[in-house]
Amino acid sequence: MSHPTTGVVAGSDQDLQFYVAEEHGHAEGGTMLGFWIYLMSDCLIFAVLFACYGVYGRSYAAGPTPANLFDLGTVALNTSMLLLSSITYGFAMLSMEKNRIGATQLWLLVTGLFGVAFVGLELNEFVHLIHEGAGPQRSAFLSAFFTLVGTHGLHVSVGIIWLMTLMVQVAQRGLVPENKRRLMCLSMFWHFLDVVWIGVFSFVYLLSVLP
Amino acid sequence: MSAADNSVHVQVLHDHNEAGHGSLKGYVTGFVCSVILTAVPFWLVMAHVFENTQVTAFLIMGLAVIQIVVHMVYFLHMNTQSEGGWTMLALIFTLVLVAIAIMGSLWIMYHLNANMQVMSVHDMGSMP
Amino acid sequence: MFSNLDLQKLIFGRLSLEAIPYHEPILLATFAGVGVGGAALLGALTYFRLWGYLWKEWFTSVDHKKIGIMYMVLALVMLLRGFADALMMRTQQSIAFGDNNGFLPPHHYDQVFTAHGVIMIFFMAMPFVTGLMNFVVPLQIGARDVAFPFLNNFSFWMTVGGAVTVMASLFVGEFARTGWLAFPPLSEAAYSPGVGVDYYIWSLQVAGIGTLLSGINLIATIVKMRAPGMTMMKMPVFCWTSLCTNVLIVASFPVLTAVLALLSLDRYVGTNFFTNDLGGNPMMYFNLIWVWGHPEVYILILPAFGIFSEVTSTFCGKRLFGYASMVYATVVITILSYLVWLHHFFTMGSGASVNSFFGITTMIISIPTGAKIFNWLFTMYRGRIRFELPMMWTVAFMFTFTIGGMTGVLLAVPPADFMLHNSLFLVAHFHNVIIGGVFFGVMAGISYWFPKAFGFKLDPFWGKMSFWFWVVGFYFAFMPLYVLGLMGVTRRLNHFDDPNLQIWFVTAAFGALLIAAGIGSFLMQLFVSVRNREALRDTTGDPWNGRTLEWSTSSPPPEYNFAFTPMIHDLDAWSDMKQRGYVRPVHGYRSIHMPKSTGAGVIIAGLCTVFGLAMIWYIWWLAALSLLGALVATIVHTFNYDRDFTIPDYEVVRVEDRRTRALLAKV
Repeated sequence: MSHPTTGVVAGSDQDLQFYVAEEHGHAEGGTMLGFWIYLMSDCLIFAVLFACYGVYGRSYAAGPTPANLFDLGTVALNTSMLLLSSITYGFAMLSMEKNRIGATQLWLLVTGLFGVAFVGLELNEFVHLIHEGAGPQRSAFLSAFFTLVGTHGLHVSVGIIWLMTLMVQVAQRGLVPENKRRLMCLSMFWHFLDVVWIGVFSFVYLLSVLP
Repeated sequence: MSAADNSVHVQVLHDHNEAGHGSLKGYVTGFVCSVILTAVPFWLVMAHVFENTQVTAFLIMGLAVIQIVVHMVYFLHMNTQSEGGWTMLALIFTLVLVAIAIMGSLWIMYHLNANMQVMSVHDMGSMP
Repeated sequence: MFSNLDLQKLIFGRLSLEAIPYHEPILLATFAGVGVGGAALLGALTYFRLWGYLWKEWFTSVDHKKIGIMYMVLALVMLLRGFADALMMRTQQSIAFGDNNGFLPPHHYDQVFTAHGVIMIFFMAMPFVTGLMNFVVPLQIGARDVAFPFLNNFSFWMTVGGAVTVMASLFVGEFARTGWLAFPPLSEAAYSPGVGVDYYIWSLQVAGIGTLLSGINLIATIVKMRAPGMTMMKMPVFCWTSLCTNVLIVASFPVLTAVLALLSLDRYVGTNFFTNDLGGNPMMYFNLIWVWGHPEVYILILPAFGIFSEVTSTFCGKRLFGYASMVYATVVITILSYLVWLHHFFTMGSGASVNSFFGITTMIISIPTGAKIFNWLFTMYRGRIRFELPMMWTVAFMFTFTIGGMTGVLLAVPPADFMLHNSLFLVAHFHNVIIGGVFFGVMAGISYWFPKAFGFKLDPFWGKMSFWFWVVGFYFAFMPLYVLGLMGVTRRLNHFDDPNLQIWFVTAAFGALLIAAGIGSFLMQLFVSVRNREALRDTTGDPWNGRTLEWSTSSPPPEYNFAFTPMIHDLDAWSDMKQRGYVRPVHGYRSIHMPKSTGAGVIIAGLCTVFGLAMIWYIWWLAALSLLGALVATIVHTFNYDRDFTIPDYEVVRVEDRRTRALLAKV
């Protein structure tokens, strides 16, 4: 018969437990994995947009071509903004590990500013292109370009809003476990956008301007 | 508490520990690698290093793949152990699907464009 | 109303009184019916003061069981709507010959078949499947809830938001007239300038987000929250198929979201993805949407396979034959389902190499599916089969699905497909697998798990009535379509010239009426069962002599599912526990941490729905406002750190003691 507190069944071939008599509190294990799975799904959205760019990349419809539209200098500057923001977010995470609220907030702020600079440069490029008559309506190539790059930019913008929210929450509550978890999720999001950008500058900008 | 139960407990603690975020050295290494891997393709294109564009194209793609791996390892801290290997499994699965979706679309649409253009009877004989 | 037309445009976008289709008598009658019925329902809820109860106990609940049940209710309501469309189509096609134009003009008929497809896939089959997974999976893995309970509630309300959007199109404006996948160039602004396609886009976008999040949620639940000892290969098959389904959801719904976003960019911004000029290519839409579309059919069928596995092994009283092969077959199907999408458009103009590649992969995918059928047959072989309702549905499935599978392989042969593409043969094929597979599976699942959810069994008489009406009706309704398809009749026609075809359509319409009787019997079954619930009551929590963990707790399960987290030693854990003489613990209960209910999900999903509706009608100010509102509400929600509460130990003791007494009274 069973012993009520341990759930051990005697008399069978071995002593087996059929339930956990004591719980260890609420395990918050799923968040990081769940968020990672979300990122993977986001990856597929970008895959579709990259596929579109791959298919439409040469459909200029007698309109402007990448070689006479893209200014690689700006793209390089943009890329460096995102790269720098990546390392500064890394520093924020290292400060968070050491529970240094001030340093964490400072690095988060720097990261956010790099992000804003990135989005600003990109918007500037878009406005410039549209003024030149190379808006998303001009050709399938430009539709695919604006959508892919714009979707990435939209993600970065959402990341900036999220980052500001987290800065307020860290200021309010400090580096409590919930906030740490959230900062870790944003970290994954931010670095993930970096990875997508590698694809963007390589395939969209650099490969397209090759003669 | 039995041994089985303890092992569950240990597993939970283990998960907490390894949700680490790399070290300063890791981040700096990753950053330096990324800077190099970004600068080289830009230089290749902007300075017209190779006459043959195909060489440049392959180099750009190769460097992009390497840089993605660098980011995954040093910034996203991917390894086969975190979350019991599930993150790695999810990543590999996703990469396979991304490859299928992109390559498949390109293949299908290329075929379609090749087949649906106005063509002569002679060309039809050599359709893919 | 407004002398200044611009002001009206600014406030109401393109919404005006003309948008209400008061000139169409059918819609008007429906509107009146829904209006009266709805008012009666709302009145009754108010009269019996049920709003507070519903809001507190159901709408804001994060309990996976309640959310699962709400999904089922949604699916049932939408089944009635989708089936009404089906009846209208069958009637139209059976009378519209020669001089008779039938009762549905093309404009209306096209909306009906589009709405039928969209509703049956997205708002009937998907919620049924999601609802069952939501209810059953945490119980089967010995968990107390899903990994992200709030997200679960939010996902559900997003699905409701999508359904509300579809339903709104019935009464304000119109629905798409493009077929259920809204292929361009027909769905482009140039050819479908009205609100129909926008209704289509936004209902699917809103519901799609919900589906995606629920997919993430269930994956995290299955991966992280299994009870100690339950290794992956000791997991019930339904959990395995659910896992694979949710992997498919997470990996394919983003593609749908992206494709629909591209179509909306074409329609709203004027980009050229799928247009006919400026470099656009409508075929890219076909290509991309089927990258989602093919996995989608496996999203629907895999959970049904899981249900049949559970039912077969329970009602044959033995372990599932070839558990490991079942798992591998499921995983193989998951991966292969991404390699077959071109078979939906063999006729598009790709060359022989592309067509044969995708033809062969399609034939390969039928192998693991066939293996599953054999596994079920071998489980039944020499089993003590109890032909209760769930088992009856399972046997009907095995017959019907095999026919559907074989016609599927037929269609996988590109030359044959060139003949049968877009014919009624195709229509018969996919109804054959979706009704014979998914829907029969859902019905088996409902009759199997209903006692777990409510504590009493479903009435068997009306269940059998429903079963026979459905099965016989199915064959009457769809076998004629195979014949017609082989004769070359294409789908989506609302008028025919050849009178020789009429008899087949009349037969199909008769089949649809039998199915209507089947649905009616099912509703009757629910009604009779609720009325006779005391006679049908199950106090044991294990009415079928079940094998998996959900049968180890009470029916309905307590809020916290299990007073003690179970520990698993073998496959079919509950059967194993019963065999080894497990005795239910009656002391030592502890307090239990549970997530709190929250209204945030309803609010955010509501704002997203309003955003969709505003976009459909070009009411830009409302769109901006609701989007901002949804964003702010989400951020505000993240400032709430107090999301758990504790069920005190005396409460657990009270609930468990009641069960102890009920069990003793039974003995």
